[in-house]
Amino acid sequence: MIGSPRHEGMMQRLLVGRMFQGRLLPESMRTADGGRVERRTDIRFSFDGADYLGCGGDTLASALLANGVHLVGRSMKYHRPRGIVAAGAEEPNALVAVVRGGGRTTPNLRATQVELFEGLEAHSQNRWPSLNTDLGALVALAAPLLPAGFYYKTMMGPRGLGLWHRVFEPLVRRAAGLGRAPRVADPDRYARYYAHCDVLVAGAGPAGIAAALAAGRGGARTILCDEQAEPGGALLSEIAALIDGIPAREWLAQSLAELAAMPHVRVMPRTTAFGCYPHNMVGLAERVTDHLAAPSPDQPRERLWRVRARRIVLATGAIERPLVFPGNDRPGVMLAGAAREYLLRWGVKVGSRVVIATACDTAYRAALDLATAGVAVKLVVDLRAAADGPLPQAARAAGIAVLAGGRVLGTHLRGKRLDSVLLGRGDDGRRRWFDCDALLMCNGWTPAVHLHAQARGALRWEGERGVFLPGEPAPGVESIGACNGATDLAMALAQGAASGGGAVPVVEGEVPALPGPAHVDAAVAGDAFVDFQNDVRADDVRQAVAEGFHAIEHVKRYTAGGLGTDQGKTGNMNLLALAAAARGTPIPELGTTTFRPPYTPVSFGTLAGPARGEMFDPVRTTPLHAQAVAEGAVFEDVGQWKRARYFPQAGEDMHAAVRREVATTRAAAGLFDASTLGKIEVVGPDAAIFLDRLYLNAIATLKPGRCRYGVMLSEAGFVMDDGVMARLAPDRFHVTTTTSGAAHVLAHMEDYRQTEWPELRVWLTSTTEHWAVLAVQGPRARDVLAPLVAGDISAAALPHMAVRDLKVAGIPARMMRVSFSGEQGFEVNAPARHAPALWDALRPRIAAAGGTVYGTEAMHVLRAEKGYIIVGQETDGTVTPGDLGMAIGRGKGDFIGRRSLARPDMLAADRRQLVGLLSDDPALVLEEGAQIVAQSAPPPGTKALGHVTSSYFSPALGRSIALALLAGGRERTGERLFVPLARGSIGVAVAAPVFLDPQGGRLHV
Amino acid sequence: MLLIPCPFCAMDRPEAEFRHAGEAHLTRPPDPAAADDAAWADFLYHRANPRGVIAERWRHVHGCGRFINVLRDTVSDRILASYRPGEKRP
Amino acid sequence: MRFSLLSLLRESLRGHRGWPAQWRDASPKPAYDVVIVGAGGHGLATAYYLAAECGLRNIAVVEKGWLGGGNTARNTTVIRSNYLWEESEAIYEHSMKLWQDLSHALNYNVMYSPRGVMMLAHTVHDMQVIRRHVHANRLAGIDNELLSPREAQAFCPILNIGRDIRYPVLGAALQRRGGTARHDAVAWGYARAASALGVDIIQNCPVTGLRRQQDGAIAGVETARGFIAAPKIGVVAAGHSSVLMAMAGVRMPLESFPLQALVSEPVKSVMPCVVMSNTIHAYMSQSDKGELVIGAGTDAYPSYSQAGGLHIASDTLEAVCELFPTLRRLRMMRSWGGIVDVTPDRSPIIGRTPVPGLFVNCGWGTGGFKATPGSGHVFAHTIAKGEPHPIAAPFTLDRFRTGRLIDEAAAAAVAH
Repeated sequence: MIGSPRHEGMMQRLLVGRMFQGRLLPESMRTADGGRVERRTDIRFSFDGADYLGCGGDTLASALLANGVHLVGRSMKYHRPRGIVAAGAEEPNALVAVVRGGGRTTPNLRATQVELFEGLEAHSQNRWPSLNTDLGALVALAAPLLPAGFYYKTMMGPRGLGLWHRVFEPLVRRAAGLGRAPRVADPDRYARYYAHCDVLVAGAGPAGIAAALAAGRGGARTILCDEQAEPGGALLSEIAALIDGIPAREWLAQSLAELAAMPHVRVMPRTTAFGCYPHNMVGLAERVTDHLAAPSPDQPRERLWRVRARRIVLATGAIERPLVFPGNDRPGVMLAGAAREYLLRWGVKVGSRVVIATACDTAYRAALDLATAGVAVKLVVDLRAAADGPLPQAARAAGIAVLAGGRVLGTHLRGKRLDSVLLGRGDDGRRRWFDCDALLMCNGWTPAVHLHAQARGALRWEGERGVFLPGEPAPGVESIGACNGATDLAMALAQGAASGGGAVPVVEGEVPALPGPAHVDAAVAGDAFVDFQNDVRADDVRQAVAEGFHAIEHVKRYTAGGLGTDQGKTGNMNLLALAAAARGTPIPELGTTTFRPPYTPVSFGTLAGPARGEMFDPVRTTPLHAQAVAEGAVFEDVGQWKRARYFPQAGEDMHAAVRREVATTRAAAGLFDASTLGKIEVVGPDAAIFLDRLYLNAIATLKPGRCRYGVMLSEAGFVMDDGVMARLAPDRFHVTTTTSGAAHVLAHMEDYRQTEWPELRVWLTSTTEHWAVLAVQGPRARDVLAPLVAGDISAAALPHMAVRDLKVAGIPARMMRVSFSGEQGFEVNAPARHAPALWDALRPRIAAAGGTVYGTEAMHVLRAEKGYIIVGQETDGTVTPGDLGMAIGRGKGDFIGRRSLARPDMLAADRRQLVGLLSDDPALVLEEGAQIVAQSAPPPGTKALGHVTSSYFSPALGRSIALALLAGGRERTGERLFVPLARGSIGVAVAAPVFLDPQGGRLHV
Repeated sequence: MLLIPCPFCAMDRPEAEFRHAGEAHLTRPPDPAAADDAAWADFLYHRANPRGVIAERWRHVHGCGRFINVLRDTVSDRILASYRPGEKRP
Repeated sequence: MRFSLLSLLRESLRGHRGWPAQWRDASPKPAYDVVIVGAGGHGLATAYYLAAECGLRNIAVVEKGWLGGGNTARNTTVIRSNYLWEESEAIYEHSMKLWQDLSHALNYNVMYSPRGVMMLAHTVHDMQVIRRHVHANRLAGIDNELLSPREAQAFCPILNIGRDIRYPVLGAALQRRGGTARHDAVAWGYARAASALGVDIIQNCPVTGLRRQQDGAIAGVETARGFIAAPKIGVVAAGHSSVLMAMAGVRMPLESFPLQALVSEPVKSVMPCVVMSNTIHAYMSQSDKGELVIGAGTDAYPSYSQAGGLHIASDTLEAVCELFPTLRRLRMMRSWGGIVDVTPDRSPIIGRTPVPGLFVNCGWGTGGFKATPGSGHVFAHTIAKGEPHPIAAPFTLDRFRTGRLIDEAAAAAVAH
């Protein structure tokens, strides 16, 4: 797939592989026990070509950390070496490509969400030639020239040269982007489902599980989804607390078992609720096979669930915030909560010598747990002046040194890994380097209010804690647990249980974490990053504010902060706080950024689902499709229909085939499948009045047994559709429409029937699919048909524009004497199921008469020779019946569109009117769409007089013909005008639009 | 995708079953020929397009086939009522 | 301060602490010669050209939120001028000419990138439509060329021209001068340049009413920050035009629909141009940052919610995956909605209103971004002179009375 990384990978395997005497080295940072990984199974995987071992249940991130690998990526702009920061969906740095071969490369995956499987091959991105030695990092030398928004101020070059587009933009584009898109089409399948439920719980942490239990026990149809492989959320790394008297993890297992046993509850792991949409629809993306080494071909890769829930319960947790200090982006600097999760869930120590910097009590949990696991926790630097809560006290009691009022002033790398941090105290100026291989940080937690806000819930600012919490929610939506401000397990479980009216579980043994505000050093400078992925520093934020970008959306757009693939999950609150500080206003005055779906990125394939190829849009075929295929038809797409365009015989191209089909039809007979025509049966005592009000033509005066051409206008007076009205009985009409207009015409009729004239007694039925239509046209049409018809179809018995129900080849048929060719014509409407039999009866007789089958292309030529219009080709929504030379039926009153025809510009003399055009060179067929002008060499900007709507070689005339819409065209008959084409102007003469048999003698034979 | 209550089917049905059919309660002048151009243009083209409650028509095209009227808040997209054509706006 | 490499160098030595504000955050004065309602691209451009070309200085732009925060911030940045009717060609081509020099005129790199806009045809009818466009454009002196499927693929290598899709590509029309620009920079560049010419840009100042004099003429705007008198007011409020015009008692031929767009995660450059398909509804380009920028269709119903249904994104990505099957594993990173004001003929309304002194520029539907410079330019001249600029003249409100519509939608079956 990706050629070079693979090759590079092989090279690396030879050079730096983790092989020792033919065996992979064991993981160095895995604990001896604890955690929830499957330690017995060694899973081999590779990262950037080097092989490693991991355990079942690992993520790529936990497995890399278990192997002591922190450097996993490069930042977007400065190519700074970056490590794993988080343990979940909020990860900003650790983006990798996972390569499975054959178009199955997925770029930009977060290593924290990639589940390990045997043979997993992952690569770092946005570096060259390698992650360790990335020449892109040379950009850092120019970093002083590349502050926020630098590109708006330069790279324009001298005026008129377009240097941005020619020179600079290509350079920017080459540098930009993270991963690479695959080069081969994705072979995987995607599925989509609708689901309905009483309660959808998004997030299977303690609050979500309590909510699902309460809902499920109450009998509600419940869906509980969670983005992780294993439901449980914070419970998965809870080792101390007891819930209802049993250890938290045991309570979790029991609860999940209980939920699994409820038939009306569906628990969906690996399923992200990514968006809230109007009227309580929630989009879920379920990852089905990405975690499997050998997925079954029967399974889709992912599924899109569109869930309509009576109640949406959001239990989406909270996201830990980083601290903003110089060097906070170094590999080895990570979130404290994430480090704790790696330890307790995956049994991975993120370092051996750890310093913790925090503005929040929860980091002490990490300190305590890491110390218990044998990690040297050298110091907790608490940025707050005092650190006296129960957790800091517990840490001190455990012998962990705590420095209150401390600051992190810098970090230092050895190789590409943190090796020491520079610490200071608030005001005394003393500073000291501390050795460590991991720096864990915590700046409080941001409730994940994304879905609540997407659903148009309000947010309220909770100043004491420096967070936005859900305010007034949208109807049917509620938030529980950490996303609703719960700060401990007991509160989360209580909110969850309360949401479904269930009993509140009792929690023991949890040391509470006291909430406090986030810490923001308004003056922090240098390499202090606010947005890791997009390389936005505190300096950039201050600069943006100084340059007048005051609204938070302005700051984001100017700095690109929060616009990366993580959408600022970790960084946005720091960005907001820094901007507010720079502006000197409280945070809520700056507002919050809009939360836009999706919560985490969703595959295009998942959203597109199975709609590809034939599944993209239904294919409609006529009842005679198989016959057309057997005749060797070439098809065209007309709306959803497949229509036979022409029937080439050996050696024929389209032009030759069409000429033959046209000439043969005019000379003898042709058989055409017109089944796609729309058909509507209009029935009732007021049917004639109804149609009279909808068509230009006089329908009320039509006698039963007769047909009339009808044109339908929009209320604005423009031609909308045309067809044949066949009056079967005083109260019954068979009305045809154009192929593509069928649905629209029926809707239009229904609209007037139901809402404008409900007093009319008339009913409409679409019969498009009921009737197949076999058009037999040509001078020998009657000869072909007559022997098959039980009845008289002579010109006297069935004259032009007559209709009668007759049996044809024993099949009950509705026979219409109508012609779209200018020849003697019959359209035999047969019930769809009998159409093949009828075709089989007619086909040999057509052949015997020297006739042919013909397709839509020949049909177009035949009708153009006769000057018959096609709605959508001669008309385009701007054409009036007057433009086409059509008159309003005699004696008609008001009808839809009539009033609009009386507007001043509908009567203007310069309106474009339908004419014929004959090119000077009879062999030359004009291009459709070509423009018409008066000069042979029109200068640019010349106003067109009109355009060519249809243009063909006419076998009947032995020359080219064209139809056109031409300004004041009817007055111009005989004038010589020009059609400018790329190769020069063509002289044309304006003619009447009827080229053949203007008296219509051939129709009436 | 909206969930639209059909007053004929007496059920909430997904938007996919319906086709939007424009503002409701537009009155076609009873004698169009007598309407002047300005009045006719007003009927043809001018719309209230409110930021707030709109009365609009939908056709339950993949359901009962009926045209219905719906009151919807165009700011929240919440539906306040649905009723049959010819009935008074609630 | 003039922006240049030199100023960038100089500022880099000072840690970029010396950059001045790009525009003054003005507070409203009691009266102006002209008040523009709406600080989107069109409104700011109008103010800029009023100040730069029409000799007016006492101008305010009032904005309910932050400048450039409406459709300017939400569109997919396509620029082209290959429209069908002469009236449309004239205004979009006028705009195109201004785009070509805009960065220099404003001393702000708006990143105008004429990378080519390719419009695909999937049916015989589509081919007829794009041929008609090509002929009409060529006569008007506007570049637009017909490509075979192979040529289309050569121009955009990831395009699938195989027969294995439901509606195979039969051809394309390519306008090479078409392309994209950086949407935010357009608003910011106009704001900075207008502010430098003395225009007051007043953000967070919602208009609550349009006050008229006893003789019916406009008197000024009521805002949340007080009444502002002005003998001329230009409403350039896109999706909210109906609401504002109703404050002056003017009914408009407009409906406001949600229009959604989305971007993928950034990837290395794969898409060198803009590709549009109206038949299967996909519009896509790749931003300089590497995101695939995808325009979806409008929702079916009018709304001011700036949000729409999930099915709209699905429908669009179905089409994208048909045309670009190698992108199926890429991921939607962010989606959002704007509010587009749509006229019955899909062409804008620019000019006078029945209220003396009140001017309106609206109805750009899904095609407004590309028109930003031209629209602002002709609207500024229309306001300054009190009568339509020749290019704006056909786009009157009165055309809906007379029937002289400029129907790009009906004629072209080509959305914007």
